[in-house]
Amino acid sequence: MSSTTLHNRPSGFSLAEYATCLNGIVWREALRFLHQRERFVSALVRPLVWLFIFAAGFRQVLGISIIPPYETYILYEVYIAPGLMAMIQLFNGMQSSLSMVYDREMGNMRTLLVSPLPRWYLLFCKLLAGTAVSLLQVYAFLLIAWFWDITPPPLGYLTVLPALILSGLMLGALGMLISSGIKQLENFAGVMNFVIFPMFFASSALYPLWRVQEGSPMLYYLCQWNPFTHAVELIRFALYGQVNWISLAVVGGCTAVFMIGAIFAYDPSRGLARRGPAGGET
Amino acid sequence: MTATDAPSIANTAPDTPARSDAATTPALSISGVSHSYGARRALIDIDFTVPPASFTALLGLNGAGKSTLFSLVTRLFGIQSGRIGIFGHDIGREPGEALRLLGVVFQPRTLDLDLSVMQNLLYHAALHGIGRRDARQRADQVLTQIGLADRAGSKVRDLSGGQMRRLEIARALLHRPRLLLLDEATVGLDVKARADILSHVRQLVADEGIGVLWATHLFDEIMPGDNLVILHQGRVLARGEVAQVLGEAGAQDVNTAFMRLTGARSEGSAP
Repeated sequence: MSSTTLHNRPSGFSLAEYATCLNGIVWREALRFLHQRERFVSALVRPLVWLFIFAAGFRQVLGISIIPPYETYILYEVYIAPGLMAMIQLFNGMQSSLSMVYDREMGNMRTLLVSPLPRWYLLFCKLLAGTAVSLLQVYAFLLIAWFWDITPPPLGYLTVLPALILSGLMLGALGMLISSGIKQLENFAGVMNFVIFPMFFASSALYPLWRVQEGSPMLYYLCQWNPFTHAVELIRFALYGQVNWISLAVVGGCTAVFMIGAIFAYDPSRGLARRGPAGGET
Repeated sequence: MTATDAPSIANTAPDTPARSDAATTPALSISGVSHSYGARRALIDIDFTVPPASFTALLGLNGAGKSTLFSLVTRLFGIQSGRIGIFGHDIGREPGEALRLLGVVFQPRTLDLDLSVMQNLLYHAALHGIGRRDARQRADQVLTQIGLADRAGSKVRDLSGGQMRRLEIARALLHRPRLLLLDEATVGLDVKARADILSHVRQLVADEGIGVLWATHLFDEIMPGDNLVILHQGRVLARGEVAQVLGEAGAQDVNTAFMRLTGARSEGSAP
C-alpha cells in the first residue's frame, strides 16, 4: 500500500515542510538561548576578560610584526580579536554538544529524532541553529570591542559573516560528533581538558605562528594541523575583506568530515543503538 | 477531565486515512525482530501485530525488553534482524512515511521544561513540517481536548505530573497519527490521573480509530476486550485477545495468567 492511499497525501516532504522544520528548530534554540541569559552573559564575559585583561597585560610583551592581512603595525588587542571571535564559537559549539548530551539524558532528544524528516537534515538544522546563536554572540562581542578601539573596516563586519557561518558550522559539527560519543553528562569535563583548551592554545588565536615557531617547531606544526587555527585565520582575513584560501579549504573540509561523522554516529543502526535504553528504562 | 466530553480530532482532520485500507493493513506489524546489546540479548524473535482501531497492551516485567522494542519501532535504534512495519511502511526502508503515522509517548518525560505548553506543541508541529498557523489551530484543539487550554502560556515545569503526561499525549496526537505508542505512560501518577489518561486513550481508539500499543506492568490497566502481548526476558510468551490468553494459560485473570506464564509472583502489577 502506498502512503498516498493511506494518508491521502503524497510521499516525501515538500520544501515548505523542510523550511518549517528548520524554522522550528532555530526558533526553539533561540528561545532556549533567551531563557538562559546567564549563558549569553558568560559567553561574552569570557572573551572580554581576555581582551580587557590578558591582552592589555601582554601588549608590551608580545610584539606583532606586519603580517597579512594587516598592512601596518597593530595593537595586540586587534590581533587577538579574531581568535576571541573563534573562541566564542568554539565554546558555543561545545555548549551545544553539552546541551545535546543533556537532552539525550533527559529524553528531549527523542522528540527531535522521531521526527519523520531525514535525520541528517534534523542534525543539520540543529547545527544551523547553534551557529545562528553563536553569530549573535560574536556580533555582540564586536560591538563592545568597537568601543575598545578594535575597528575593522566597516565592510569587514559584512565580509566576515560567511567565514563566521562556516567556522560556526565546523565547530558545531565537532561538538555534535563529540556529543555522540559522550555517555553521561559528567564525562563532559573531559571535553574541556582534551578538546577546548588544546584547540584554543595550540592555535594562532593568541600569538602568530611565526612566534610559535621561534619557541617550539613541534608546536608550530601542531598549530598548523589544528583546524581551529584555520577557523581563526579564515575569520581574521575575512574581517579585512580577504580570503585565506588554505584556511577556507581546511575549514570547509573539516566541516564536511565532522558533519558526516556526526550523522554516522547518530544513525540509528550505528551510534546510538549500541548504548541501550536510558537508565531506568527496560 | 475525561475524554468522553472531548471534541474529536479526526472529525476535522484533512488527512484521515482511507478506512478500507487501514482496516486491512496492521497498524503495527513486528516480525522476527531480535536485538542485542553486545552479548546480551534484549529481544528474541518478536512477532505480533497491532490492528487499527484496537488497544493492545504490552505487558512485561521491568527488563522484559519493552523500551528496547519501542526504541526499535520509533527508529531510535536500528533493526538488527526482523522487520517492523507501520501501516505497511517498513521503518528501515521508509522511515519518513512510517514515522509520519506514528505518535509516541516515551517512558521518561520528553517535554522541554523551560518552554511553555504552546511552545512545546509548536516545536513538535514544526518537526513534522506543520506550518505555524495550522499548528496553532491544532494545538488549541488538542489543548481543549485534554483540558489544558487555560495553561497554554504556562511553563511546562509548572504543570503537575498528570498534566505533563496529558500534554505529551496531546503532543503525540498533534500531527494526527494513526498509531499511538505509550511506554508506561501512567508511571508515577495518582489513581485519578491514571484513570483519566487511560480513559482518554481508550476513547481515541473508539472515536478516532487509532491503533494503540500500551506498554505497562500494571494488570489493572488491561480490559477484557483488549489485545494482550506478554513479553518476558525478551520473548513473547503469549499474544491474542485477553480471553484467548487467559484460556491458553488456564487462568481466570491476567494476574494469574501472567504468573503462570512467567513464573513471577506479584499482586496487582508485574514486579
